[in-house]
Amino acid sequence: MSDFVIEKGIFITVIFALTMLMAMYSTLAERKIAAWLQDRVGPNRAGKGGILQPLADGLKLFSKEEFLPDTPNKFLFIMGPAISMSIALMTSAVIPWGTNLQVGGHTVELQATDINVALLYVFGVLSVGVYGIMIGGWASNNKYSLMSAMRASSQMISYEVPMGLAIIGLIMIDGSLSLRHIAENQHGMNWNVFYQPVGFLIFLVCSFAETNRTPFDLAECEAELIGGYHTEYSSMRMGFYLFAEYASMFISSTILAVLYFGAYNYPGMDWVAENWGGNAASLIGFGVLFAKICFFIFFYMWVRWTIPRFRYDQLMRLGWRMFIPLAIANIVVTAVVLVWYDKL
Amino acid sequence: MSMQTMSLSGRKKEVSNKKMSFWESLYLVAIFKGLMITIRHLFTRKVTIKFPEQVRKRADVWRGRHMLMRDDQGRERCTACGLCALACPAEAITMKAEERKPGEEMLYREEKYASIYEINMLRCIFCGLCEEACPKQAIYLTKSGELVPAAYDRENFIFGKDQLVMPLDLAIANTKTA
Repeated sequence: MSDFVIEKGIFITVIFALTMLMAMYSTLAERKIAAWLQDRVGPNRAGKGGILQPLADGLKLFSKEEFLPDTPNKFLFIMGPAISMSIALMTSAVIPWGTNLQVGGHTVELQATDINVALLYVFGVLSVGVYGIMIGGWASNNKYSLMSAMRASSQMISYEVPMGLAIIGLIMIDGSLSLRHIAENQHGMNWNVFYQPVGFLIFLVCSFAETNRTPFDLAECEAELIGGYHTEYSSMRMGFYLFAEYASMFISSTILAVLYFGAYNYPGMDWVAENWGGNAASLIGFGVLFAKICFFIFFYMWVRWTIPRFRYDQLMRLGWRMFIPLAIANIVVTAVVLVWYDKL
Repeated sequence: MSMQTMSLSGRKKEVSNKKMSFWESLYLVAIFKGLMITIRHLFTRKVTIKFPEQVRKRADVWRGRHMLMRDDQGRERCTACGLCALACPAEAITMKAEERKPGEEMLYREEKYASIYEINMLRCIFCGLCEEACPKQAIYLTKSGELVPAAYDRENFIFGKDQLVMPLDLAIANTKTA
């Protein structure tokens, strides 16, 4: 029993550290990719090629003045970023990072916990994320922040509906809510994106909305919408909000990769397992999953520097009047096709 | 040519409010096209010049920092006639003249010299009129890429003779090549 606890403890720590590292370097990657897409060079002063830039940013945020507005509830003001951050990190608990590893005649499962309602858990945790923004905006005691928080949370709530509907088609094919099961079902090249292209598209767009990324970044923009829900935040509290955004971007890329892009599966996995051993296959799978995640993170940034921000009414129209009917149609079509195949 | 088709740039387009087709209204095609455009920029050459290490090549007519020249014997050419100050449209130059004492002949070329010669670099527009006005070929705008260093104090932008007069070793080097 204690072996189990130690093993899981180490694994969770590793995943936590990895998430933090990815979020840290996403900030650098964002600036670099933005620069490259705009024919610039980007940050290149801190360390070789700007590799120490995230540390410099962090140091700057920590050493800035912590400003606390005259808010009715200081506790909630501090809770806002904390909730956002914990939510962003909690989701990683159910994600299968790879198959099993054999360490000293003892099987280590590359997943913190394999529960059979993993998808529901992910959605449940994601929907709590709204509180981070809402509480932060409210506790700022600033009308603009409150309005921004309202805008952001209504956006998140709206896009959770088509997101949940989009995933139903996948669950119908797979027959399980366990992420491990979904990952295993995509063995070989049976990636869900080939069976559920429309569902994937809806899920992808909704992920953009859920992580508050462009073109759905109405929650925060300095120029025309007065900062956003974190207008009154300064120093590392502000940093926490931004950091949480990058952490959730990493997690949402992971979910996209696991649900639709075959998780840790890659072509030729069985061959590697037979010839080089299961551990090698598993470790390569871990690397493959990370490559997929990095691609999606890049994709997030790529889209950010391509399309402009939505207007609020356009955003709501897209969510409610286009994606929800489309997602429902996807469910119906999936059901019809499934029944058809059963009959054959 | 009618008024409707006239366009100076040749890029005039008529605005159309036509209904979007089904594929257009999905925006996906347009977004994909946009993504392709931005990804192409990832592989293009960056136009940035990394300043302190790389310096942009200056034009041949570039006018950099001023220098008060010395003659071939290392004497200051300036005779403090004040024509440069007169010619300066920004009124950046001030000077004070003094008479050369006996025994200072190797320092100053003329019998009158500038004991104080100051250029306010915050006012100077590097037009080069001082250079043109100078009858003694004493002031020149150099080709130096280094302009005025940043400072916190406005006093630091008033350059005196210590920063303007040609350094002696440079003058010596010049006489050797000549």
